[in-house]
Amino acid sequence: MPGLVEYVVWSLCTLLEAAVVVCALKRGAFRKYIFLNVYMAASVLVSVVRFDILHQYGLTSSQYVYFYYYTDALLTIFLYFALASLFSCVFSEMHAEQYVKLGAVLLLCGTALFSYAVVYQSQAKLVTHFVVELSQNLYFVGLVLTYVLWGAVLKLRETRTRLIQLVLSLGVYFSLFAANYALRNLYPSMNSVLQFLPPLFACFLPAAWTYAFLRIPEDARLAPARLAVIR
Amino acid sequence: MMAAFILVCSVILLLQFFVSYCRSLIAASVREQISQEVQEVTGMTRPATEEEFARVVQLLQLCPERPEERGEISLIRTYFRMLGVIRSTIARVVPSLERWASTERGQCTHFVAVVLGRRIAFSRNLFAQQMGG
Repeated sequence: MPGLVEYVVWSLCTLLEAAVVVCALKRGAFRKYIFLNVYMAASVLVSVVRFDILHQYGLTSSQYVYFYYYTDALLTIFLYFALASLFSCVFSEMHAEQYVKLGAVLLLCGTALFSYAVVYQSQAKLVTHFVVELSQNLYFVGLVLTYVLWGAVLKLRETRTRLIQLVLSLGVYFSLFAANYALRNLYPSMNSVLQFLPPLFACFLPAAWTYAFLRIPEDARLAPARLAVIR
Repeated sequence: MMAAFILVCSVILLLQFFVSYCRSLIAASVREQISQEVQEVTGMTRPATEEEFARVVQLLQLCPERPEERGEISLIRTYFRMLGVIRSTIARVVPSLERWASTERGQCTHFVAVVLGRRIAFSRNLFAQQMGG
């Protein structure tokens, strides 16, 4: 069973996820960023059910393991759609939403097919392996897409501070997870240390989004060129 | 091989996103003037310099904390330390980075000075409310 620290981090993360939805509702930004809020609301729900299953069946039970990985893949897909909705926001003035949606669905299908192909070639052709593989690949695709989105923000001179902070925090989140997955693949012996990091990383995104909804007004503007590291 | 490639890409992109995110937090405070009170208390010069950072943070810790500022202060302190590491390592090879890191650290000081000003005003209000009640 997880220790006290793990429970505290887990609870903190769930509270922060709920805070994102509450703050978005309070600031009237729920509908504008509907996919981001759906992702956070789904995360809260999944967290509560995971906690219940953990207490009923235990950490090593197949029920918990299956539920954990399947919901993780589902949440990653939700986050992927949240990212696609940020693309829509940035490209809204160009009326390119339809193309963005089509591109997002095609890329998701492509990633799913690629993950299936990887699992199909392995010895254990289990659906669970496909779910884990899909989740990991989506994190890296998410990171690359966020970088493309950040490039578009700079190129199109997007000035909405809240939108910029939502994109940048998503970039930090994806990079942290992608680096963690890569480190675990490179150094499996460090798994015992590295497995404690994702719950801590998971707190960053809801904390940053809560801050963006709570403290940054929708009409706040800044020059994105000032933020770029490479110009 | 693939994992090493992903690791290198992720670390580079993480640095870029983290620096830009911290800059976006600081950007709003850059337009704000450091209050007269803060200048008197800290003896700060304008523009704020990186050497004053530790002193301003010490004073910040003496003021009652506003819960909504806790996260951003920790993040900016991490950013300040990271810039220090960059200055003492990579900047020795790339001299232009030293000037950049120094300017950034100065802006971090400006940011915490603006927060200190807000905390002083918050404490004043709190004190006035208690006296009034």
